[in-house]
Amino acid sequence: MSFQISSQPIDLAVLRNALAHPHAGACATFEGWVRNHNDGRPVLSLEYEAYAGLAEKEGARILAEACAKFDLVAALAVHRTGHLQLGDLAVWVGVTAAHRDGAFGACRYIIDEAKARLPVWKKEHYADGVSAWLNCAIRGGFSTAAGPPSGPPTG
Amino acid sequence: MKTVRIQYFALLREQRGVGQETLATAAATAGELYAELRSRHGFTLPADRLRVAINGEFAPWDASLTDGVELVFIPPVAGG
Repeated sequence: MSFQISSQPIDLAVLRNALAHPHAGACATFEGWVRNHNDGRPVLSLEYEAYAGLAEKEGARILAEACAKFDLVAALAVHRTGHLQLGDLAVWVGVTAAHRDGAFGACRYIIDEAKARLPVWKKEHYADGVSAWLNCAIRGGFSTAAGPPSGPPTG
Repeated sequence: MKTVRIQYFALLREQRGVGQETLATAAATAGELYAELRSRHGFTLPADRLRVAINGEFAPWDASLTDGVELVFIPPVAGG
């Protein structure tokens, strides 16, 4: 059970094998991909940066919470860092449980909490040549993104 | 005065121009230190949009700074 921050491409076969267990009757996975638009603006690529040490610690806490809430057999997750292109896999979550309800619920819980809590940042590079860190906009001293992200490009 | 090490990420790294620095400060708390650095470097994000980590773990803004601590000011996150 680990939440890994990786600068290397995610190897799905390795992760799937790591989840295999005779007690598991259900496996749910989530893949977050880099998409070509956000909030109506064309996006060309994304850069992810992470405070890896704390992100992995907080990620492990999220997985432990999911195990406690959903009676899982196992849970694993990986979040990429670096410059990713359209279609690239940015984040992967995989869980196993005896039954599907726990697996679906836990997978959703983990990705939602990860997006809200991990010290990971995303810079969007737009088609018009501009780039910006998501959720960090300030205008006139007030937040322009005080609420939760309105539509991050993955997930 | 105490010596602290600071790591910067994302928008703060770009606005500071470096990924990390070690400096001497008279600030008593993490919050005072951020205020000092914000005025010195023109960081756009107010403290209430950030979190702070001390020695690799989330910490309250009023946490006391001791000599040799490592701090990270955490801009609004956007993983996934």
